[in-house]
Amino acid sequence: MPSFVDPSKCDGCKGGDKTACMYICPNDLMVLNKEEMKAYNQEPDACWECYSCVKICPQGAIMVRGYDDFVPMGGQVHPMMGTNDIMWTIKFRNGNIKRFKFPIRTTAEGAANAYVGDKGANLDDECLLLESNLPTPK
Amino acid sequence: MALPNKPLGELNADPNPEIKEHECDVLIVGGGMAACGTAFEIKKWCPDDMKIILVDKAAMERSGAVAQGLSAINTYIGENPIENYVKMVRNDLMGVVREDLIYDLGRHVDESVKLFEEWGLPIWKKDADGENLDGAKPAPSLREGGTPVRTGKWQIMINGESYKRIVAEPAKTALGEDNIMERIFIVRMLLDKNKENQIAGAVGFSTRENCVHVFKCKTAMVACGGAVNIFRPRSTGEGKGRAWYPVWNAGSTYTMCAQVGATLTMMENRFTPARFKDGYGPVGAWFLLFKAKVQNGLGEFYANSDSVKDELGKFMPYGASAVTPTCLRNHLMINELKAGRGPIYMATDVALNAFLDDRRAAGMDEKGVKKFWKHLESEAWEDFLDMSVGQAGLWAGANIEPEKVGSEIMPTEPYMLGSHSGCCGIWVSGPDEDWVPDVANESRAHKYKWGYNRMTTVDGLFTAGDGVGASGHKFSSGAHYEGRACAKQMVKFCRDNADFKPELAQTSQELADEIYAPVKRYHEFVGASTAENVNPNYCKPAGLMMRLMKATDEYGGGVATYYMTSGKLLGICLDLLRLLREDAMKMAAGDLHELMRAWENYHRIWCVESHIRHIEFRKESRYPGFYYRSDFPTVDDENWKCFVNSTFDPKTEEWKCEKVECINIVETDPWI
Repeated sequence: MPSFVDPSKCDGCKGGDKTACMYICPNDLMVLNKEEMKAYNQEPDACWECYSCVKICPQGAIMVRGYDDFVPMGGQVHPMMGTNDIMWTIKFRNGNIKRFKFPIRTTAEGAANAYVGDKGANLDDECLLLESNLPTPK
Repeated sequence: MALPNKPLGELNADPNPEIKEHECDVLIVGGGMAACGTAFEIKKWCPDDMKIILVDKAAMERSGAVAQGLSAINTYIGENPIENYVKMVRNDLMGVVREDLIYDLGRHVDESVKLFEEWGLPIWKKDADGENLDGAKPAPSLREGGTPVRTGKWQIMINGESYKRIVAEPAKTALGEDNIMERIFIVRMLLDKNKENQIAGAVGFSTRENCVHVFKCKTAMVACGGAVNIFRPRSTGEGKGRAWYPVWNAGSTYTMCAQVGATLTMMENRFTPARFKDGYGPVGAWFLLFKAKVQNGLGEFYANSDSVKDELGKFMPYGASAVTPTCLRNHLMINELKAGRGPIYMATDVALNAFLDDRRAAGMDEKGVKKFWKHLESEAWEDFLDMSVGQAGLWAGANIEPEKVGSEIMPTEPYMLGSHSGCCGIWVSGPDEDWVPDVANESRAHKYKWGYNRMTTVDGLFTAGDGVGASGHKFSSGAHYEGRACAKQMVKFCRDNADFKPELAQTSQELADEIYAPVKRYHEFVGASTAENVNPNYCKPAGLMMRLMKATDEYGGGVATYYMTSGKLLGICLDLLRLLREDAMKMAAGDLHELMRAWENYHRIWCVESHIRHIEFRKESRYPGFYYRSDFPTVDDENWKCFVNSTFDPKTEEWKCEKVECINIVETDPWI
C-alpha cells in the first residue's frame, strides 16, 4: 500500500534541508524534487505502509493507496495524529465509514525520564540500573 | 529514447565522495529497540570522558521493527516463574536453544517494560470487575502492582502506535543528540590491524550526501535486525513491500558480524509466520485475545481432530505441549493445504459473536451488548491499526467486516530473525554466572561464556535483539534488555582493555573506494546502452534481488515448493548463490538510495548463503512447517539435538560448520 503525495497540499516543507517525510521514512523512500518543491515516494514497491510519513506530514499531504496487486480500489485508511491519541478513519469500498480513537502516549512529549546523571553501582555484576538481587535458575 | 541516461533518485552519487573519520570508545550500529536500550543504559556505567557514537541507517524515532508500532508486548514475565519461560521457548523452538541466554533475558526483561510504561507507553489493565481498560485510563502502573491484560501467558496488550517514539526519546536524551548520527548505513565491520580477532571499527556511507564515514572504536555493538526479501515473497508486484517483517532489514547484522569471523548459530532456523493473507496482519490477538479458531475449506476446525493429535504425536516431546510449537502449527496447516483442503480461514465471525452470545447468556440487555460490541470492535481494529495498517486497508478495500465474515490466513515466505519465534543469529557469551555451563574447549564456538555477556566470539564485538542466536521469543522488550546488557558489558570491556589502541588495516581511501565501487562502475559504463537499467557491464540492485529471491524460493525451500528442499536442491542453490556473490561485485548505483540497495543486497546474499549452508549441514528436518528436507524428513533427536555453528575465517575465507553440544540448565522432566 504505497504512500503518495497530494501536490496541491505538499509545500516541500518550505525548502528546508530535508522534508518531514524524508526525515522519518525508515526505508529512505521519500525524496524531494527541488525544482517542483514536491516530495514523492521513489520506490513504491518497497513501501511497508508503516504510515510514518503520513503521520508526520505537517500539511496532511500524504495518503496511502492500496497495493495494486491485491487491494481492490476505493478503500482508504487515514490517521489524524494528536499529542495523546490517534484518530483513524476507515472508508470501505462500499462507502461505509468507521472511526476509531486510541491513546498513544500518557506523558507529555519530551517528558520521558532518561535518568540522566544516575549511575549504576558495580560494573562487575550483572545488575542494570534500578536492578538488584537477580534470581538464579532453580 | 532515454538518453542521456540519468539516475532515478534525487541524490546523485558522485564517484569521489568526501571521507570523514571518527574515533570513539564505543560504537553502536543500529537504532531499533536494542540500540535504544544501549543508548539509554550506557552512560549509567561509563566514565564521563568515554566517547560513544550511535549510527542509524534511518531515524531513531521510527527505525527498526517497531517503527509502525505494536499492539502487544509479547515478553513480560510478571507472575510467572522464569523457568517456565525457558521451557516455553525451548519447546517452541524444538529443543535446541541456549537456556542460559533465555533465563538471563527472563530475569531482566520486565524492568524494560516498566520503564516503557513510565516513559508514557499506554499498557492495558484489568479493572476490579475483570474488564479491559485501555492504557490511558487511570489504573495502578505495573511497578505499582497493576494487572496487565494478558492474552497468552507471556503477552500483554498495549496501545502501541507510538511505542518506538516513546522508547527512542529517552535513548536520545540519555546519549545526547551530538553523539547520534542518522541516515548513515554501516556496511562493514573492521578488525584491528595488530590484535588478532579484535574489532577496531566500521565503515559506512551517508544516504543524504556523498560522504563515506570511517569509525575507529574499541568495542562495538551491531543490532540491525533480521533479514527480509531473501526468499521470493507471495506478492511480487507493489505488494512486495508488504513484508511481514520490516522490509528494510537486509541481514546486515549477521553478514557484518560473520565477515569479521563471528561464529553464527542455528542459521538453519527461519520463520514463516502464518498470517492474514496478503496484508500480513497479526494473528496473535485473534488467537489469544479473541479465541478465534481456524477452519479448513471444508469448514472443519481441524486443529483438535484425532488425525492432528496423531500427527503431533510424531514430534514428541514437542508436540505434546498445550501450546503447539509455531512450526508444527504451520506443519498442520500445510498438510491441509497440500491435501487440497484449503483455503484456511480464521473464523473471526464465530469468535466475535461468541463473545456477544456469552454476554447475552449472562443476562446483558441488547443496549449493553451494543456498547460492549463497540468496545470489542475497536479492540479488533486497533490490533491492525497499531502495527499493520495495510491489513486494515485490505479489509477496507475488500469490504470485510470481521464480525460478518472470516479471513484467509496463509504461511508467508521465509524470514530470518532471532527475536520473534525464530532463533537464527550469532553465538554469544552468556552472563558471567556460575549457573552458565562451563565447557572445557579451546574454541569459543563451543563455550557458553567467555567473560562478557552478549559478546560474540570476536573480542569487543557485541550484538543484541535479532542478532543473538539460539534464544528466540525476546520480542521488542527482550531486544531492549539485550541492548541494555551490551551497554554495561561494553563499558566493562573498555575498562579491561584500557591500553588497546585500535588501528585499521586499510586506509580510509581504500575503504571509500570499495564502498563506492558500484557508483564508479555506474559512471564508467552508463553510456553503453540507451536504457539505464539494461547494460552488459553491470546489474542493478533491484534485478539482483529478484534473482536472489528466485534462487532461494525454487531451490532453498520457499513457498514455490511448500518449503520442501533436499541435499540436491541445496547444492544447486549454493551454486547459484556463488554466482550471485560474484555478480554482486558488478552492481551499479547511480544515486545514493540505489547505493544503499546495492549494499543491502551484498548483506542479503551472505546471510542466505549461511542459511542454506546450515540447512545442508543439518541432516534432518528440525522445523517441520518452516522447512523440510525430503532426504531427511524427520526430527532426529538422537543425532541432531545440538546446535549447528558456523564460522567464516576472514584470513582464509573458508567456512567451517560444526555440531555443538546443547546443554539444559532447566529441568527436562517434566519437559513443560
